[in-house]
Amino acid sequence: MKAEQQYIDLFTDCEAMICRHSAEALNAPRAKAFADFQRTGFPTRKQERYRYTDVGKYFAPDYGLNLNRLAFPANPYDVFKCDVPNMSTALYFVVNDSFCQTIHPAAPLPEGVLFGSLKEMSERYPEVIRKHYGRLADTSKDALTAFNTMFAQDGVLMYVPRNTVVERPIQLVNMLRADVSFMANRRILVILEDGAQAKLLVCDHAMDDVNFLSTQVIEVFAGAGASFDLYELEETHNSTVRFSNLYVDQQADSRVLLNGMTLHNGTTRNTTEVTLSGKGAQLSLCGMAIADKNEQIDNHTFIDHKAPGCTSNELFKYVLDDQATGAFAGKILVREGAQQTSARQTNRNLCATREAHMYTQPQLEIYADDVKCSHGATVGQLDEAALFYMQQRGISLKEARLLLMFAFVNEVIDNIQIDVLKDRLHHLVEKRFRGELNKCQGCAICK
Amino acid sequence: MLEIKDLHACINGKEILKGINLSVKTGEVHAIMGPNGSGKSTLSCVLAGHPAYEVTKGAVTLDGKDLLALSPEDRSREGLFLSFQYPVEIPGVSMVNFMRTAVNEHRKYKGLPALTASEFLKLMRQKREIVELDSKLANRSVNEGFSGGEKKRNEIFQMAMLEPKLSILDETDSGLDIDALRIVAEGVNKLKTPETSCIVITHYQRLLDYIKPDVVHVLYKGRIVKTAGPELALELEEKGYDWIKKELGE
Repeated sequence: MKAEQQYIDLFTDCEAMICRHSAEALNAPRAKAFADFQRTGFPTRKQERYRYTDVGKYFAPDYGLNLNRLAFPANPYDVFKCDVPNMSTALYFVVNDSFCQTIHPAAPLPEGVLFGSLKEMSERYPEVIRKHYGRLADTSKDALTAFNTMFAQDGVLMYVPRNTVVERPIQLVNMLRADVSFMANRRILVILEDGAQAKLLVCDHAMDDVNFLSTQVIEVFAGAGASFDLYELEETHNSTVRFSNLYVDQQADSRVLLNGMTLHNGTTRNTTEVTLSGKGAQLSLCGMAIADKNEQIDNHTFIDHKAPGCTSNELFKYVLDDQATGAFAGKILVREGAQQTSARQTNRNLCATREAHMYTQPQLEIYADDVKCSHGATVGQLDEAALFYMQQRGISLKEARLLLMFAFVNEVIDNIQIDVLKDRLHHLVEKRFRGELNKCQGCAICK
Repeated sequence: MLEIKDLHACINGKEILKGINLSVKTGEVHAIMGPNGSGKSTLSCVLAGHPAYEVTKGAVTLDGKDLLALSPEDRSREGLFLSFQYPVEIPGVSMVNFMRTAVNEHRKYKGLPALTASEFLKLMRQKREIVELDSKLANRSVNEGFSGGEKKRNEIFQMAMLEPKLSILDETDSGLDIDALRIVAEGVNKLKTPETSCIVITHYQRLLDYIKPDVVHVLYKGRIVKTAGPELALELEEKGYDWIKKELGE
C-alpha cells in the first residue's frame, strides 16, 4: 500500500476542503469511494483487468493537486488553437479539472440543452445530477473510478432533453497546464434523454513540459432512441499518464458511436464499459492507437449484451513503432435471454519494429443460443510484397511504409461521422507518421 | 540500353541465375522463353531489385548506369518498369493516391514540379483509355478485388503513366482470356516508341503474335542457351524444349 497511503492521507486531511470547493451531489459518494479505495488499493498486474498496466507505479511520484481550486490565470481561448479547427463546433474548455467559465464565442445551443461546469450545474440542477452521477461508475468495482470519485471536484455536464437534436458537434478541450508535476481528476456526465441526438468531441492536450497524471470518469446515459457520438482524441506528450474510465448505458433502440484515438501520449489506459440494457440498441466501438518511442497504450473494453436484438461492432487498430507497447483486452458478454445479439470484435495490429510489443486478448462469453458473434485478432508487420511493389513504381521505401500504415488505420478514421474531423484526422495521422507531430499543433504556448 | 554481363544471383543461398549475358538495344523488343523453373521470373526480380535476391557476380547497366547499385525506387525512376506476374493487392491505398505518389516521385527525381490535382486526373483519364481500364477501378484500392485480367490491365496502365525506357513484362499473358490479351498487347504496342525497349517473358507464342519480338532467347537452368529471331518462338511452340535440351547434350 505504498502508493496508496499518500492519497489516503491526503484525502483524510483535505476532505473538508475538497467538499467545500465542490457540490453536494459530487460530495455524496465520496465517503463510499474512499472506503472502497482503502479496501482495494490500486489494482496490481496480478488482476486480470490490469494485467498490462502497473497502475500503482504511476501514482507513486509526487503530483500537485489543485484541491483549493485556484483559478487559472490565462484565457484558454486566447492561447489555444485546436488541431481540429473550422468544425463549427461549440467549443468549451476544461483546464486541468475545472470547467472554464470564460465567455466564449460559440453560438447558443438549442433550448433546454445544458453544457457546462458539473459543479455549477450540480448546484443549479441537483436533481438531475443526483439521479445519474455515479450510477454507472461503480466505485467498488474499479479502484481508479473510486479514486476519481474521491478527488473529482468539477468537470462537465452535458444534458440533452427529450427529442432535442444538437446539430453542431460540441467540442470539449481538456487542457493540462502546470508548472510542476500535476494531477487532474475530472468527471464528465452525459445525459441524453429519449430521442435526443448529439455529437461530442473531447480532445486531450498537455500544454506544459511537466509530468501530468489525469484520471477521468465519463458516464453516458443514452435514453431510448437516443443517438450519441463520442470522439476522444489524445494528443499529449511522453510525460503524460492518462487513466480514463468510460461507462455507457444504452436504452432501447439507442445508437452510440465511441471512437477513441490516441495520436500522441505517454502512458494511457482507457477502460470502456458499455451496457446494452434496452432492446435493439446499437453500439459501434472503435479505437486507434499510434505509438512510438516508449509510449504505452492499453485499451480495455467490456460490452454487456443484456437485452435481446442488440448489435455491437468493435474495431481497434494499433500501429506500434520503436519500443512502444500496446495492449487490447476486449470482452463481450452475451447474457441469457439476449437473443438475436449480433456482436463483432476485431483487433488488428502492426508492429513496425522487433522491439514493439502488442498484447491482445479477445474474450467472448455467450449464454444465449440464437446469436451471431465473431472475434478476430492479428498482429503483423507491413506487407513486404506491397512495399516492393510500390518501390518498383518509384515510391521510396519510407513513403511506401507511410502509405501502408496510413491505409491500415484509415478504416478506423472512416468511421467518423463528422466530415471536417475525418479530413483533419487524415491530415494529423499523416503528420504523425511523418514524425512532424511532436506536440499539440495548435498550442500557442508550446511554440 | 540494357547490358547484362555474367549475372549470377541466388535466393536463400540457392543459385538460380548462373551467368546471364544479355544486351538489349534501344527500340528493341526481346522475348525470353524457357521451361518452368529456368529463372525467368528471378531475372525480372533481380533487375527490379527485389530484396530477397542476392547478386553474387556480374554487372548490369541501364544506359550506362550501374543498375545494381541503385535502390528499387531509383531503378524505377531511371526508367525500368516491371509488370508483375502477380500484381499485389494493397487494401486501403487508393489507385489515385498510389499513382499520384509514384508519378510525382518520378518527377521530383527529374527535377520537375509535382503535378497539380487537375493535371494529374487529366493524365489518369488519358492513360486509362490506352488499356480501356474502367474508371471505377481507378477509384478503388490498388488491385483489391480486381479480376486477373483487370490486374494485368492495371499493370499496363501504370506503365503508361510512368513512361519507362525499359519495360519487363513478366508473364503478362498468364491468366488472360483472348480479348484481355489483345487489349493488353495493344496497350503495350501503343506505348512502344523508337526510344523504348521491352523484355517480354512468356511461355507462349500467342502473346508474341501481338507483340512482335526482334530477338527471342531461351533461358534454361539459369543461363541463356539459345538466341535467335522471332522464328525461334514458333519452333518452340511446335516442338517444346526437348530438342534444346538434346542440343545441350542432356
